[in-house]
Amino acid sequence: MITATIGRMDSTLAPAARSTPQRASRLPGDLAIWFFILAELLAFAVFFAAYAFARAGHVEEFNLYQQTLDRNAGALNTVLLISGSWFVVLAVQAAHRDDRPAIPRNLLLGFLCGGGFLAVKVFEYAAKFGAGITLSTNTFYMFYISLTFFHFMHVILGMVILAILWVQARKDVYGAHDAHGLESGAAYWHMVDLLWIVLFPLVYVMR
Amino acid sequence: MNALRNPAHRAWLVLLVATGITWYLGEAGAAGTAAIVAMLAIAFIKGRLVILDFMELRAAPLLWRVLLEGWLILVSSLILLAYWISLR
Repeated sequence: MITATIGRMDSTLAPAARSTPQRASRLPGDLAIWFFILAELLAFAVFFAAYAFARAGHVEEFNLYQQTLDRNAGALNTVLLISGSWFVVLAVQAAHRDDRPAIPRNLLLGFLCGGGFLAVKVFEYAAKFGAGITLSTNTFYMFYISLTFFHFMHVILGMVILAILWVQARKDVYGAHDAHGLESGAAYWHMVDLLWIVLFPLVYVMR
Repeated sequence: MNALRNPAHRAWLVLLVATGITWYLGEAGAAGTAAIVAMLAIAFIKGRLVILDFMELRAAPLLWRVLLEGWLILVSSLILLAYWISLR
């Protein structure tokens, strides 16, 4: 409660703070979302480390089957998530300068980038599952499917959050007076991007 | 060039170029210590840009910057350690 109040006070102070060159220390969004993000990041850190150490015991297998992954699809998906994140930053910036129409517009563009990511991933999975690959095919594919699918679910949750933000923005909820909820949702969406930035080179490229 | 004053635009451009480099290294079949270090360094720079310019933690309380950048250092170090073990 106290943190939420402080956060809200901070966000009302934000426009003034932004116009001065001094660094005003401010955590965007709600404190609770940052604890949630931290928990998610730690869970993924365990998965990333598990992949890397499992690979150390099966180097030849991992190097061989990594070659079968669609690197172009992985890179395209990186571009989609980076751009999706960028649009959502633009939505937050629009709120801070009170450019109300630009908020839902940029949120929608961010959402569409997420949709593009899911579409690319579905084609990728269809090709793999169509070739008869399952979780039990081998250790590499077990990690590839479970890691990317766990991340896939996070993209979906991120898009649900963006959809809620879009509805709220259309109701004119966010602006220079209050961008708190918007910043919280945006932070989660950027986390999804951050995770893929590590996942793509790790699973698709590094050998 | 006025648009590049916005840190988000700069970050987006660098992220796109960095993604292109990682993709190219993959296409070129880069492997081994140098390739691994290069790709991890690129991922680290990209992750840091997302944390500082997209999550807007550049001006956040130091604790949260340290926690998120610390996560990035932790993950990169663990991956580097595991790959180093595999190369021995």
